[in-house]
Amino acid sequence: MESLLANFVAKYNYWVYIGLVMIGMYAMIAKRNLVKKIIGMNIVQTAVILFYVSIGAKKGKTIPIIAHGHEDTGHHAVQALDYISPLPHVLMLTAIVVSVATLGVALALAIKVYRQYGTLEEDEIAMRVKDQ
Amino acid sequence: MIWPVDLIIMVLVMICGIGAIMVRDLLGAAILFGAYSFMMCLLWAIMGAVDVAFTEASVGAGVSTVFFVAAVFRTSRRTKD
Amino acid sequence: MRTLALVTILLMGGLLFYGTPDFPSWGDPQSPASLHVSPYYIEHAVEDTAVPNIVTAVLADYRGYDTMFETAVIFSAGIACLFLLRVYRRKSARTRLYRHNSTGITLRIAKGGKLPEGSAEFERIDSLWVPYDMIIRVTSRLVVPFVQLFALYVIAHGHHSPGGGFQGGVIFGAAIILYAISNDLRSAFRRLSEKAALLASAAGVLLYVGTGLLCLFLGGNFLDYSKLAGILHVDAIMARSHGILIVEIGVGLAVMAVMVSLYYNLSSAGRHDEGL
Repeated sequence: MESLLANFVAKYNYWVYIGLVMIGMYAMIAKRNLVKKIIGMNIVQTAVILFYVSIGAKKGKTIPIIAHGHEDTGHHAVQALDYISPLPHVLMLTAIVVSVATLGVALALAIKVYRQYGTLEEDEIAMRVKDQ
Repeated sequence: MIWPVDLIIMVLVMICGIGAIMVRDLLGAAILFGAYSFMMCLLWAIMGAVDVAFTEASVGAGVSTVFFVAAVFRTSRRTKD
Repeated sequence: MRTLALVTILLMGGLLFYGTPDFPSWGDPQSPASLHVSPYYIEHAVEDTAVPNIVTAVLADYRGYDTMFETAVIFSAGIACLFLLRVYRRKSARTRLYRHNSTGITLRIAKGGKLPEGSAEFERIDSLWVPYDMIIRVTSRLVVPFVQLFALYVIAHGHHSPGGGFQGGVIFGAAIILYAISNDLRSAFRRLSEKAALLASAAGVLLYVGTGLLCLFLGGNFLDYSKLAGILHVDAIMARSHGILIVEIGVGLAVMAVMVSLYYNLSSAGRHDEGL
């Protein structure tokens, strides 16, 4: 029982990440509405960011900002073991920026499709394209 | 890194995510998506990624929800599925 | 179609689940992500750049090239949204109505007439007119300056606390969007016109690239901020800290302008007459 709980605590992060990727991909493939597909795309993006951040986490260590760093008290030695690894955070900041840029362009495309065809459901759009 | 708090917030994240794609009303889906973003921000703050949590709070639960509501306002609000 | 999608998704999820026993445990200090490259950044960030926030130091100094292209991506998203949605209309000369909010006086300007001088308090109304709500207007007038001040604080204090250029830029853009939502879109256009927003976003990217080119002309590599020590009259370590601040200001300016421009185009569907 103890080892089962320890195993669960060590890995449930990854299971939640896989579940979120499955939800997002299902929304992108199977939903007919364009805005639902865009929501699915954003769910996949934030799930991947969760995965990267949880790789760099360490139990019991502190955040990657060095306290009293701006005082010139002789540069006492900084132990790398005391801090959470900051590299995944840097990569994920860029990923969040790219996700909001993609969201803006995707919503602009959805508004343009609505202006042209009058609907956002993909089967009706396909019918109206065929009628043209 | 208290794992029961983390587990509860993750369950909430899954519920918000499933709710955001199942709701028939697009405005409700946009608001649920804002709640999903905010729960993700809490998760990352628990894991120690303060910069990422700050960015997601300002971008996801702020500006991104406004963009969704603006797009839903300019197109239709009802959806068939 | 849906059952096929469900089966495919379950298959993919099953394969991913099958791979999870090989992942490092959550919270393990000896996981491979924390052992190889990050100890160098944690130990040497303060003595190389005098910036205690390691994430800002890595983002703007050690990996500054990536951040420059991320700023270019945000700028191109703003331009793409402009290309997709913007429709230009000729300003047709028809009867226009203006209304003074506090007293309720309404003016009607006939075809081809001009608005008399000194009437800046008159708001334009037409069929898309947004109703005047005093509570929202007064409350947002109290809140917006503090939000902008907080955004400037976040940009400037990014060296010592979580924050930096991108977060401060988004918060500043959110303050202007709040002003545009509570008052109507036309009053936001009077404060920050579309042309000014696009120029500001281009200026932000130009500031970032210009700093890199200046370091190139002074004899170092591209984006090597220690060569700015001659211009700023500080030693090389503080020059890197100031170089990080300059590029963060550039990133914040570009992001603020693009958020505002995206809101202008999305909420009015390109027509720029009335928004949410």
